Amino acid sequence: MDFYTVFWREMISFRRVFWKFMATRLVSPTLYLVAFGWGLGRGIRTDGGSYLDFVVPGIIALSAMTVSFNATGISLNMSRLYHKTLEEYILAPVSAFSFTLGKVLAGTVRGGVGALIILVLAYFFGAHLQIGFWFFVVIFITSFLFAALGVVAAMIVSSHEDMSNFSTFVILPMTFLCGTFFRAESLPGVVAGIINILPLTHASNSLRSLALGNGLPLTPLFILFAYLVLFLAAAVWVVRRA
Amino acid sequence: MIIIKGLRKNYGSLQAVIDLNLRIEDGEIFGLLGPNGAGKTTTIRMLTMLTRPSGGEAFIAGYEVQREIDRVRRAIGVVPQHMNLDQELTVRENLELHGRLHKIPTAERRRLIEELLAFVELGDRAGDLVNKLSGGMKRRLMIARALMHRPRVLFLDEPTVGLDPQTRRRIWGLVRRLNQEGVTVLLTTHYIEEAEALCHRVGIMDRGRLISLGTPAALKERVGRFAVEAFDGEQVTAKFYGTREEALASAARVGDGVTVRETSLEDVFVQLTGRKVRD
Repeated sequence: MDFYTVFWREMISFRRVFWKFMATRLVSPTLYLVAFGWGLGRGIRTDGGSYLDFVVPGIIALSAMTVSFNATGISLNMSRLYHKTLEEYILAPVSAFSFTLGKVLAGTVRGGVGALIILVLAYFFGAHLQIGFWFFVVIFITSFLFAALGVVAAMIVSSHEDMSNFSTFVILPMTFLCGTFFRAESLPGVVAGIINILPLTHASNSLRSLALGNGLPLTPLFILFAYLVLFLAAAVWVVRRA
Repeated sequence: MIIIKGLRKNYGSLQAVIDLNLRIEDGEIFGLLGPNGAGKTTTIRMLTMLTRPSGGEAFIAGYEVQREIDRVRRAIGVVPQHMNLDQELTVRENLELHGRLHKIPTAERRRLIEELLAFVELGDRAGDLVNKLSGGMKRRLMIARALMHRPRVLFLDEPTVGLDPQTRRRIWGLVRRLNQEGVTVLLTTHYIEEAEALCHRVGIMDRGRLISLGTPAALKERVGRFAVEAFDGEQVTAKFYGTREEALASAARVGDGVTVRETSLEDVFVQLTGRKVRD
């Protein structure tokens, strides 16, 4: 139950900044929805639905990724290099696994809340989505795996600057390429192949398939889960080395 | 009890700590004294498992550091030199987090929190966020936090660095009281007064080596308990004598411009290294 102590601490701090978090998290999805849903997408029909219906699941996946990655990445990096509060955990009889799990679950909560904000927002923008149990499962898995990736990044980089470099080289390309705003299959073969390896592609595709009522796609779900296991294992490993 | 055998740490070609051998008894307040860069903090970091030694071994309360990690963690409390309290939490929450991380049962945890808040006189600030506290209060909270799991050995790295004299005395008072309750203390300092006022025994470190060891009185005895300082117009030179009479006689021979005073640990350090502690 040690992971719960780590998680508990994160939730105290989350509760303290909740409204600020909500307000901040509203900004970029609103901009995306205005620019791509209303502006660019007006009149475009995709898969028999409106572009808004197409783009919202992608934006949810995108937000789940960035929010959860930054939630663990930035705070753990600051804790390790600047505030030195990580020492408090290293000095405690708490395993690397418990610590990592607590941090990652807390990042998952933030990513999940970030995704829910967009669901509500999208409803007001007039999107029609079918939301069910599996939709939330995919959001959970997506947030979890990127929160774990955030831990990996936070523990291996040597400065705050490198943290934002990591984000620029890993997170930013996924933002634009992984099927958030357009279908990646329409790109040239090699590019599409690379994109098809990246985790966000499968998060977007799963959420879109579910939201448009096309059922649960098993392969993307399996790939996401494989990424989750891989990143969690990597996170525990880099924490143990600390 | 702390036993250190042949402990060393290299950073590349830099030898931060060189073949350190030391034994600290139960109930002692032991001070590592030396200038910045002498290897004091590296020593503490190795003993608290925050830095991996390049060689040698250490035992704390009978447990081998680096091997019996969780047992050592339960036996030690650590107050680092830098402020590492959780600034997003309140005073009480910082203690609560520490108590939970050390799996202290709820009822006992609550009792300990109140007890320690009273001990470090922060009871009235319990609900405040840490960043609202003054430097001295933060230091006291860090001490309280390190004591939450009732460690047998407390490590204090430069416990009063950057604090005003009054606050420093308050911290010294806390350290003496917890020592009286049975906690063994290993502290580092580059303040001569701190080592003299607080420590039962002092180890003087310089450039990675432990160069002298003993009670403050014994260390001074080796140099001579009384100092005669003479100013020749350019610099002050000191000579040391075993008794007050010898010192006074020497002073009388020189005549004007000399001062007779008791030897300090600063003199001991200068005699050993040819430099001042704060050079």
